[in-house]
Amino acid sequence: MDAIGVLMVCPMSPYLEQELESRFKLFRFWNFPQKKEFLKVNSSSIRAVVGTAIAGADADLIESLPSLEIVANFSVGLDKVDLVKCKDKGIRVTNTPDVLTEDVADLAIGLILMTLRRVCECDRYVRSGLWKKGDFKLTTKFSGKSVGIIGLGRIGLAIAKRAEAFGCPISYYSRSQKLDSKYKYFPSVIELASNCAILVVACPLTDETHHIINRKVIDALGPKGVLINIGRGPHVDEPELVSALIEGRLGGAGLDVFEHEPEVPEQLFGLDNVVLTPHVASATVETRKAMADLVIGNLEAHFSKKPLLTPVV
Amino acid sequence: MASEAQSSAPDNLPLVLIHRIPPFELSFKSWLPTRFRLLDPLDPSFSSPQTQSLVSSVRLLLCLGPSPLTSDILDRFPSVQCVVGSSAGLDHVDLATCCRRGITVTNAGDAFSADAADFAVALLIDVLRRVSAGDRFIRAGSWPAKGQYPLGSKLGGKRVGIIGLGSIGSMIAKRLEPFGCIIAYNSRRKKPNVSFPHYENVMDLATNSDALILCCALTNETHHMINKDVMTALGKEGVIINVGRGALIDEKELVRFLVKGDIGGAGLDVYEEEPEVPRELFELDNVVLSPHRAVATPEAFVALQEVVIANIEAFFANKPLPSQIELE
Repeated sequence: MDAIGVLMVCPMSPYLEQELESRFKLFRFWNFPQKKEFLKVNSSSIRAVVGTAIAGADADLIESLPSLEIVANFSVGLDKVDLVKCKDKGIRVTNTPDVLTEDVADLAIGLILMTLRRVCECDRYVRSGLWKKGDFKLTTKFSGKSVGIIGLGRIGLAIAKRAEAFGCPISYYSRSQKLDSKYKYFPSVIELASNCAILVVACPLTDETHHIINRKVIDALGPKGVLINIGRGPHVDEPELVSALIEGRLGGAGLDVFEHEPEVPEQLFGLDNVVLTPHVASATVETRKAMADLVIGNLEAHFSKKPLLTPVV
Repeated sequence: MASEAQSSAPDNLPLVLIHRIPPFELSFKSWLPTRFRLLDPLDPSFSSPQTQSLVSSVRLLLCLGPSPLTSDILDRFPSVQCVVGSSAGLDHVDLATCCRRGITVTNAGDAFSADAADFAVALLIDVLRRVSAGDRFIRAGSWPAKGQYPLGSKLGGKRVGIIGLGSIGSMIAKRLEPFGCIIAYNSRRKKPNVSFPHYENVMDLATNSDALILCCALTNETHHMINKDVMTALGKEGVIINVGRGALIDEKELVRFLVKGDIGGAGLDVYEEEPEVPRELFELDNVVLSPHRAVATPEAFVALQEVVIANIEAFFANKPLPSQIELE
């Protein structure tokens, strides 16, 4: 398979680069500042694209690669891949589900705990020497607080399972009620937000879920409520979130994703009731290796004409 | 019986001797019921002959927070039969003297357990997933400049050794199971009805763990139980979480191990010389530091007040005390 051209769109995993290089003809897109020139010379030999949650395969890239057969993405969410275009052109698309579910759920619980118990602020308090001047304030208990989950897919369920061990009542919103679920269903995000203390975004980003967290939802969650986003930045109307946090209309937020990554609104940097992480929900050594193995497995299956491991299109 | 003397007549209210260090006030007067008569040595009227005559017969002492209760102090109150504590750990109380005098002692019971367990889990996730360091990375504006942030470590599959499987330790185990952590524990005795593997000694537990969580009582036996040998056994990738007491760990050794990279990381809520924290730790990204706040939520303090009042009432009613601790 070493004649097959594989285009990696941005750096994502040194291990994956190494494994792809040993099997295919690997092009590192970020090493070519002159994208148009590069594509003119190499487009016909590129039969696969490997993208991430931050950069995938948009319509322009797909159009410029006439030999493209498969997009094997190094992420579970495919909002950076033009799925409609892929379908039209018969291009296969795979993602990396399941292997990252646990890590994402773990970080969601971590962000809840750290936002309520102010762990980052505690750490800053100690490191800046303030403890010697007086005790740190009281914080908010997590165990027993009501948790509302938007999107009860694999990740949403894994979050629910963990939160249950903290004695938290669970409710959820999704497009349709899950009949086999024991958790309480709300038919709208507003109703869910009005009835929970902690709201977690865990659904895929689509046209319908873009800005699913808007001003009305934030106000329904209220000044004691906490928003957790481990989905995608554009799930949240970010300027509305920032102003609600600054004005105290929302109690706090734990955010792993942002609308314009790697840019994060600077107004958040001065707030103690937010916890910010640089899109690391699936970023563990163990999981990134499992994701890379899945990308390689999908590519090998495709080029040896076997069934794909995790096909989406 | 003494209860004869405790009729509801205002002058005969049950006597509660308050023991506190000046800064630790806990606004106790606002929540202790008026059906007890409080005797506070920090009150100017305490030395009056009238109050002193009451002190000579007081049977119950309420110890607020971590106020040291030494044998000297206890000797001043020979009639005390019960010490009601208001913390989970009672390393500030001279328990040997209590034992010798037959004084019953109570602690905070379960009031703080859920919060302490939550905080231990938070510290573990924080250290393994590098959350606080990630937050610093973003606030410093480093994300656009540096791009990729170093990978963390997965919770699932990690072997977590819990030292002290009491109320807090059990709640930590319960919370970590759905994360896919493999739980084992060390305690003085193997617990009946607990299926997690029990290790007789901490060395063996450390050898077989990826992370150790300390939530046992500080006693002469557990002082510096986490020493050089235990940290060596835990290994270069190992993580230590402490929500117990600072002196459970040989802190100088811990700092040395962390600075040299001989253990993987630490999440610490308690220290040997609070509020002093070793400055060498301030530079490390694999360490999360918290100012002894694992149990500090309003909910926990309300629960604590209920436990304290329940113990006082049970004592004066000659009923079993809800959170009496075992003295050895």
